[in-house]
Amino acid sequence: MSKLTLSKALNEGLRRALEADPKVMIMGEDVGKLGGVFRVTDGLQKDFGEHRVVDTPLAESGIIGTAIGLALRGYRPVCEIQFDGFVFPATDQIISQLAKMRYRSRGKISLPVVIRIPCGGGIGAVEHHSESPEAYFTHAAGLRVVACADAADAYSMIQLAIASDDPVIFFEPKRRYWDKGEVDTTAPLDSAQPLDRARVVLAGTDVTLLSYGPLVRTCVEAAMAVARERSVEVIDLRSLSPLDMATIGESVRRTGRCVVAHEAPVYSGLGAEIAARVTEACFYHLEAPVLRVGGFATPYPPSRLEEHYLPDLDRILDGVDRAFSY
Amino acid sequence: MTETGLIQLLTPEGERVDNPAYPLDEAADIKGMYRDMVLVRRIDTEAIALQRHGELGLWASLLGQEAAQIGSGRALTPKDMAFPSYREHGVAWCRGLDPLRLLELFRGVSNGSWDPEEHKFHLYTIVIGDQTLHATGYAMGIQRDAAEDEAVIVYFGDGATSQGDVSEAFAWASVFNAPVVFFCQNNQWAISAPQDRQSRVPLYQRASGFGFPGVRVDGNDVLACHAVTRRALQAAREGQGPTLIEAYTYRMGAHTTTDDPTRYRLASDVEVWRLRDPIERVRSYLARSGQADSTFFAAIDAEANELGERIREGCRTLPDPAPLELFDHVYAGGSAILDDERERYAAYLESFEQTDTALEEAGL
Repeated sequence: MSKLTLSKALNEGLRRALEADPKVMIMGEDVGKLGGVFRVTDGLQKDFGEHRVVDTPLAESGIIGTAIGLALRGYRPVCEIQFDGFVFPATDQIISQLAKMRYRSRGKISLPVVIRIPCGGGIGAVEHHSESPEAYFTHAAGLRVVACADAADAYSMIQLAIASDDPVIFFEPKRRYWDKGEVDTTAPLDSAQPLDRARVVLAGTDVTLLSYGPLVRTCVEAAMAVARERSVEVIDLRSLSPLDMATIGESVRRTGRCVVAHEAPVYSGLGAEIAARVTEACFYHLEAPVLRVGGFATPYPPSRLEEHYLPDLDRILDGVDRAFSY
Repeated sequence: MTETGLIQLLTPEGERVDNPAYPLDEAADIKGMYRDMVLVRRIDTEAIALQRHGELGLWASLLGQEAAQIGSGRALTPKDMAFPSYREHGVAWCRGLDPLRLLELFRGVSNGSWDPEEHKFHLYTIVIGDQTLHATGYAMGIQRDAAEDEAVIVYFGDGATSQGDVSEAFAWASVFNAPVVFFCQNNQWAISAPQDRQSRVPLYQRASGFGFPGVRVDGNDVLACHAVTRRALQAAREGQGPTLIEAYTYRMGAHTTTDDPTRYRLASDVEVWRLRDPIERVRSYLARSGQADSTFFAAIDAEANELGERIREGCRTLPDPAPLELFDHVYAGGSAILDDERERYAAYLESFEQTDTALEEAGL
């Protein structure tokens, strides 16, 4: 076991994937010499060469489009999109090509491409650097969409994503990059939790609190804060598409209450899908409607306002309280 | 070369002209090229008729572009990889693809059922220009594999040159010196938009700003298209990087079977291009030079008739996929959400069968 930041855990995971399979490549803006703006790929170009860790031209569609071509040739590209708000120039390649190629080819083509995207707010950044675009991608059949929340999970999840024969959108909580956690870098990958399974982070009996990415830690802190009055079960979804409804349903049928928290706008967000599914699957067990806590139906605000936009511990607890008011 | 810089080896009248920079390949099988062009035109004619009969939902005609496609398609070696848009039926033919595989797509039976690696011919790409990046990435893979006997060709049209992805592909191919040939069939129409709505400069000149050569070839001259493409592919294999080829041609038919070109262009303009027909000039040349006689032409026509028959019959008997195939091949690793949908829909379909059986048993 070693104590690593989430950023370093990803770096170690990438290193291990590069070592394990010569077809694995890393490509993106500033990922080589600089090591990425968040240093996630630090040192990898030096150790694996410019052919495997590629500093690309500044063109997001180009990164994904050429990664598709490389995957058609048998490579396993891991692409970095520098910030959440910069993924949109690549959405045509992601949604029209990457997601659909297996279906289009009746299973003859696999595109094992991973797209790493630092996501979420809370770092006082300028516009386009704090967004949570996951719902755009969970709506596209053919993509796996996952989010890591801590160092240990990030380390294995990135390797599982690279090993997947499906394209994976891999969200990294940028304000948690420097959070440290114990990571077992000697554990075999087979022992890691599968990529499409949710994880109960904190067991509880009164209410199920679902989240992913940067808010998982906030949810745990919220649960601890009220531990004397309420027993809150916190689940890290990990996989946003497909959703692990088995784990979610099992929990909600036990607790009878469910709150979903994410940074993305509530309107048409992932929480809406979860609420509809939980309502259908757990209707006779519910003591209250499934409630959502998240960003507002505004564009991401200037950073001096983001503390009001982002769900924090108090707003999450407000959501939990509301679940007990029915 | 003509005054416009157009590379030509065979005039519209069927006269051979020499171009020292692009010598005719001694092994070039001109009679074979003629045969291919006649046969792919027949595929096209049959497909349009099948669409009119309701057997295809749509067809994108290649009429007028036979030379550009057969000339370039025949320049490929078996190891080269081709990335088409959605009109490259002639290139598909050169890659050994059964035309019925193309018809499946336009009939709505599949979105592309052939194995791209088996034919070295990628699936059709309908979003304009997307495939130029795929081709460039594939070429980057060839570099990493140090496969020096392989190159990539990617097909797109004049309209596609306005897409950002095409410019990105040019930039990437250039800075990475990727072994890819950009083959632009300038058929002068992006549905109703003429080429001057896409560019103020001739399209082949775009390449110079990206730092690689661009050439304009008579796209209705199969010999010139063959020679120019062969040279560009060879340059790519030898590590000289990308080339842009602008095959200057004309879309003689509608954009697709749903289009009505009489709304936006003059019949007289089309007539000018009819005189530059890609097949007629080769026929004239072969006949005049004594390389082929009426027996040869009659045999090809008979072969085209047989092909037409096979396509008509084959298209009508293409089976529809089974309903639950709808759910197949979305994920390699499966999805519990999708499994649930499949299961529910199967039960829903089953409920009709049960009702039908019950009614039958009740004698209703």
